[in-house]
Amino acid sequence: MSDASTLNGAAAPSGTPSGTPASTAPRDFLIGKSRWKPAEFAFWAVAVGALFALPDRHLLLNEIAILGLFTLSLDLILGFAGIVSLGHAAFLGIGAYAAGLLTKHGVSEPLTGLLAAGALAGAVGFLSSFLILRGTDLTRLMVTLGVALIFHELANRLDWITGGADGLLGVAPGPIAGLFEFDIFGTTAYAYSLAVLFVLFLLARRIVHSPFGLSLRALKDNRLRAGSLGIASARRIVAVYTLAAVYAGIAGALLTQTTQFVSLEILDFARSADALLVLVIGGTGYLYGGLVGAVAFTLLKDGLSAITPAYWLFWMGLFLVVLVLVGRDRMVERVRGLLARAVGRRA
Amino acid sequence: MLRRQFLAAAAVAAALAGGLPAQAQQVAKVGLVLPMTGPFASTGRQIEAAARLYIAQHGDTVAGRKIELLVRDDTGTPDVTRRLTQELVVNEKVSFLGGFGLTPLAYAAAPIATQGKVPAIVMAAATSAITEQSPFFVRTSFTLPQATVVMADWAAKNGVKKMMSLVSDYGPGIDAEKSFKDRFTAAGGESVGELRVPLRNPDFAPFLQRVVDAKPDALFVFVPSGVGAQFMKQFVERGLDKSGVKLLATGDVTDDDILNDMGDAALGVITSHHYAAAHQSPENKAFVDAFRKASNARPNFMAVGGWDGMHVIYEALKKTGGSTDGTALLDAMKGMSWTSPRGPVQIDAATREMVQNIYIRKVEKVEDELHNVEFATFEAVKDPTKAAKGG
Amino acid sequence: MLTILFDGVAYGMLLFILACGLAVTLGLMNFVNLAHGAFAMAGGYVTVVLMQRFGVPFLACLPLAFVATALLGALAERTLYARLYSRSHLDQVLFSIGIVFMSIAAVDFLMGSQQQIVQIPAFLRGRVEILGVGVGVYRLLIIGLCGVLTLLLQWALASTRFGSQLRAAVDDARAARGLGIEVGRIFVVTFAVGSGLAGLGGALSAEIVGLDPTFPLKFMLYFLIVVTVGGTSGLTGPLLAALLLGVTDVAGKYLVPGLGAFIIYFVMIAILMLRPQGLFARGSA
Repeated sequence: MSDASTLNGAAAPSGTPSGTPASTAPRDFLIGKSRWKPAEFAFWAVAVGALFALPDRHLLLNEIAILGLFTLSLDLILGFAGIVSLGHAAFLGIGAYAAGLLTKHGVSEPLTGLLAAGALAGAVGFLSSFLILRGTDLTRLMVTLGVALIFHELANRLDWITGGADGLLGVAPGPIAGLFEFDIFGTTAYAYSLAVLFVLFLLARRIVHSPFGLSLRALKDNRLRAGSLGIASARRIVAVYTLAAVYAGIAGALLTQTTQFVSLEILDFARSADALLVLVIGGTGYLYGGLVGAVAFTLLKDGLSAITPAYWLFWMGLFLVVLVLVGRDRMVERVRGLLARAVGRRA
Repeated sequence: MLRRQFLAAAAVAAALAGGLPAQAQQVAKVGLVLPMTGPFASTGRQIEAAARLYIAQHGDTVAGRKIELLVRDDTGTPDVTRRLTQELVVNEKVSFLGGFGLTPLAYAAAPIATQGKVPAIVMAAATSAITEQSPFFVRTSFTLPQATVVMADWAAKNGVKKMMSLVSDYGPGIDAEKSFKDRFTAAGGESVGELRVPLRNPDFAPFLQRVVDAKPDALFVFVPSGVGAQFMKQFVERGLDKSGVKLLATGDVTDDDILNDMGDAALGVITSHHYAAAHQSPENKAFVDAFRKASNARPNFMAVGGWDGMHVIYEALKKTGGSTDGTALLDAMKGMSWTSPRGPVQIDAATREMVQNIYIRKVEKVEDELHNVEFATFEAVKDPTKAAKGG
Repeated sequence: MLTILFDGVAYGMLLFILACGLAVTLGLMNFVNLAHGAFAMAGGYVTVVLMQRFGVPFLACLPLAFVATALLGALAERTLYARLYSRSHLDQVLFSIGIVFMSIAAVDFLMGSQQQIVQIPAFLRGRVEILGVGVGVYRLLIIGLCGVLTLLLQWALASTRFGSQLRAAVDDARAARGLGIEVGRIFVVTFAVGSGLAGLGGALSAEIVGLDPTFPLKFMLYFLIVVTVGGTSGLTGPLLAALLLGVTDVAGKYLVPGLGAFIIYFVMIAILMLRPQGLFARGSA
């Protein structure tokens, strides 16, 4: 059932492990694969450049950075371990509420909040990872979904802690590390989220290019074969699922701190579904998919809903349908071809 | 002298050039952040339609300023509401914010209104505590306790002894349950059960069965507009209408937007609310007729909130003589009173809440259409929660 | 107490009719069609339009809703879905969510975002006493209708030529084609019937759970629960799962309203933990 893998690779700068030249030593192979490519430098340069070039859009950029981090965490389990989840918002929500409550009850330094949120979400991720060890894609979809729904309902019921459907009020984070105050233009917020995203991205990049990351891919491609190679599948899945939960928890904490508010909606099914959409739009299994998808998805949504506030959903749907029918890879190739031609003509 | 002429011409040109941008600045932007898609889309549609209608009828220029309406869809998601309001304040430099379909959406926007010193008109959300979150919030809708407390008073006076309540299980529902129960038991009544229905999956069958078993004199209901129709039909299906259980509700349940489609099941339901499309007054008749013409629908209480919200904006601008200083506009709004389509209203200077009549209505057939027909009035009701706090 | 059981069964039956099309496309044809609810919504709106604009009586609307959505389903299958059978599940999810979005916005544009209300005729309202248990006439109708349909479907799938052709086509499309079975045609018909049933379910459920443009999203969860818990081997599993879901949900809300929404999720997770393939799994999977 790991049809998911058909999507990967083609647009991925890193390619698939199957193309290993026999002569290279494993160590060199890993180092070679983890070398930075020019496109990657360009990507982060643009992200940092936007901080200075687009002062009006910092709020939107902040939203993109957080969504990017959230989908990156989903990519870790979907793209690298082949686990489909429709309940990833559970960890986003846990992180968001953890950070919100911490801020509200005295610990207003944001970085502390991030760590606490990540730790708590990770703990819950660790415990719930045992639920997804068995079963097919569909079973996993539904189990993760069920877990998220239970947390949604919990947050609704525990209204004396979470504020229930009204949301958690009075979240006023202090300056980051005691130095940088959040401002109304969202500049601090974007710089903060981008910095966190970058650090976590580096870590994720390191992990997926490590032997552990490769063993995950082996698991995803064929669990039976990986098992016979002596890769303990359960332990690795638990580990990566926990890691992804930590990432999602931190994304949730960022959202709380930069918007100074948490509500039930953070645990909504739509959040999980959106993350999946974003990731599939951007492409799974090469880490940038979530980030690229987040940029595309948010800009598209923002643009469309500014034009037709009531019916943008239609065009969004049409985009998805066309995307699938034409094929994402082909679309990317076509765009690349056009770009190449445009560049060629100019030269 | 050529030189002098040239200078004069240059001066005129400079004056013109200087004058033009000055004229372009004479715009007052109003940013409406509303749920235009998703389950609460009808709230957004009604408010937008009413606001546009107000501008169409009163002209788009007030006190020398051209009103520009910017509508944004927050899909009912608080962090989006927050970002959109923030962008409206920072990038568009709006003079007014408005809309806010649900309580959490208003909460999320509160810090922005305060930081940006921009008056924010709450046109829909009804939880009492909203206006306490920012001194720049002014509400033109209503607070849920306004409607429920009046209903409780009316029930206690009209021979209801044993009450049961059924509310949607979320913030406003629980507020309604509590304020109704407190008031009703204080007036000597007895509450024999409180039911909370999940917001998702609105099959009321199991809950209504509990009502059948408990046999109260009356059942008080608060569910969000829209779900009300389902409720009413199942109430009748279970034969509760014939068993002598009176159905009391807030006006959300018999929302004018969909009341006529509910059919005869809704006949005889007694509700309390601040606005009915059937309200008898020349102002309301003109409003309803114009609204129907413009958007081919019956205005509901959301629409009247949007309409009055625009009214407050227009009048405040007139009072400040076109100045868009947030604090001055806010001061202009406090204490403002006028005749709305819903009746005489005033903005309480202390709480920035509407002081308005709450009507007890009964669903009846008027000219072949179902309407909420008003038959009793509680005049100039303040928000009871804040009044109790000594506000 | 029996009344509660009865309500639960009626609710479960309704869920089954809504979801059984999905059980076929997902379980047999292995296509993740999240847009299934969109067809149910279409059926509901066909009924609303026919009744409100053309004054067609409610009972006559039901078969029309079935036919209209079946045609819509056939059209969608031919033009869109047929190209995607061989694609990955993720592609299918993305595609069908796109369809859901479009249908929501389109219905919103055409019909408005407010709740639509279906007026059922007077003789279907109210309730009757059967053996001392008060039951709603309309719910009785639903149980009856859905029961008959279920039997029909079971029979069609298990004992007709079409049923065996379908099973053959699903198990190995190439081999089936080699045997002269028109796989394409079989899939169209199956898809159309599945959509038609969803449409019928949509028409029936408008009275009980309401109808507005967000219908496909609101009930997607329930459909998926029914299909995954039921397993994908046939229709017995989803039927049992739907009944279980209906009864647990209704009884749970009656007996322990405080826990209401938790119960179904816990039951679902528990079942999937014990039987990851659902209650009734096909040998292979």
